Amino acid sequence: MIAIRNLSKSYKTPKGAVTALDNINLEIQKGDIFGIIGFSGAGKSTLIRCLNRLEEPDQGAIEIEGRLITQCTPAELQQARQKIGMIFQHFNLFDSKTVFQNVAFPLKVAGHPEAHIQRRVREILELVQLQDKEKAYPFQLSGGQKQRVGIARALVNEPDVLLSDEATSALDPQTTYSILELLKEINRELNLTIILITHELDVLQHICRNMAVIEHGRIVETGPVDKFFLNPESDTARRFVKIIEYYREQRIVMEGVGAGI
Amino acid sequence: MKDDLLELLWRGLLETLYMVLWSSLFALLLGMALGVVLVVTEKGGLLQAPRLHKVISTVINSVRSLPFIILIVLLLPLARFVVGTTLGPTAAIVALSIGAAPFLGRIIENSLKEVSVGKIEAARAMGANASTIIFRVMIPEALPALIRSMTIGIIGIVEFTAIAGAIGAGGLGSLAIRFGYQRFREDVLLSTVILIIVLVQVIQWTGDTVAGRIERKRTRFE
Ligand SMILES: Nc1ncnc2c1ncn2[C@@H]1O[C@H](COP(=O)(O)OP(=O)(O)OP(=O)(O)O)[C@@H](O)[C@H]1O
Ligand SMILES: [Mg+2]
Repeated sequence: MIAIRNLSKSYKTPKGAVTALDNINLEIQKGDIFGIIGFSGAGKSTLIRCLNRLEEPDQGAIEIEGRLITQCTPAELQQARQKIGMIFQHFNLFDSKTVFQNVAFPLKVAGHPEAHIQRRVREILELVQLQDKEKAYPFQLSGGQKQRVGIARALVNEPDVLLSDEATSALDPQTTYSILELLKEINRELNLTIILITHELDVLQHICRNMAVIEHGRIVETGPVDKFFLNPESDTARRFVKIIEYYREQRIVMEGVGAGI
Repeated sequence: MKDDLLELLWRGLLETLYMVLWSSLFALLLGMALGVVLVVTEKGGLLQAPRLHKVISTVINSVRSLPFIILIVLLLPLARFVVGTTLGPTAAIVALSIGAAPFLGRIIENSLKEVSVGKIEAARAMGANASTIIFRVMIPEALPALIRSMTIGIIGIVEFTAIAGAIGAGGLGSLAIRFGYQRFREDVLLSTVILIIVLVQVIQWTGDTVAGRIERKRTRFE
């Protein structure tokens, strides 16, 4: 389980402090696929980056699978991060390393023996269906392939949780779909908790079970994804759903009554 | 053409190579250390320490703002302390290494800065420590740019070596001044100039080739 309690974070800027997160409380069950949605600047990235302390929270506590992340010393934090996978919008692969070396990197960091690394990397590359690309460099891959490497790299050391900050935003709809299917499959097989940030309602609808809506650094709504679509409560949720309905109506107008989405 | 020409040129070239090689080695090591420290101590850097960054940066700027010939004169006491004399190629190496290191530090800093924050963040998110990130991510990612920067730096050292020749360091620069300028030996002047040009071309070509190979390996489609 992941528990976030009274989490706050503000940034100092020349124009004064910007509150990015304002007293966030959230619980995410083990094995859930949890979506975080909100408009630009709402604080989604800040929130997810606080979970592995890429950003230092000002206040509050974060607990992941019984470990108090916010209490970790620098050395403990490095240990904890080895069990928190993360994937990124722009993949952030190492261009100097082959696919194999990219995926092997977290295992080297964690100090695994070479034989284990060889076996484990091949295994995970098979899972993401890139076994024939292990000698390729990132420049030689398509966006979807790059994100598969990113996923393999994030999962190779068997993390407790996978954090995803708009991991499909740079991909076309079809590739997005295949990446989401892969995440779903991994979630099912490994009972891996996935927390994902997205702008795209499609993504939310397709893969997430529970979700939170974030607005000006505050959680304004949380619960099962269905509730969000059927009974949106927050301003942000209504606006998101309105956008979908607008397109639905457009389609009904264009294709005749009954087409729907 | 006088018959001592070849003999003079050969000795000059050897002295120059001796100075360039050793000064480059020391200056690159120092410059690399400076470059890495500058990048990681920067605000928002891996081991941020803005005060330390400011101090190092100011020292580097000060050293770089001195004309090289004045820097050599200032460093002469140090050369005497380290190698026991202020004359000859070995003494010049001390001054050249220290004189060129700040410049190399800056261009190495710039090359390392080109590594995207995202890659460094990915490594941090995996739990890598600072030294792993520096040696296994930043430096390999920046390698082609680093090699190009180092090439510029080594060519700078060749230039500095020629200047050092003016105050008794030996080498081709010294030949050009002592014979070419002071004794009107145009054959010596011309030959040294040609040798220096060739030397610079060889260094540039080597740097470009090595950097290009690495880049091609990383971007080639199979
Ligand atoms: N490093 C920073 N320095 C100053 N302000 C920042 C910094 N990072 C984020 N902010 C501010 O914090 C707020 C939340 O930013 P955040 O990146 O978390 O938003 P987001 O929800 O991820 O937006 P987007 O959907 O555009 O990615 C914004 O007002 C942003 O300007
Ligand atoms: Mg964001």
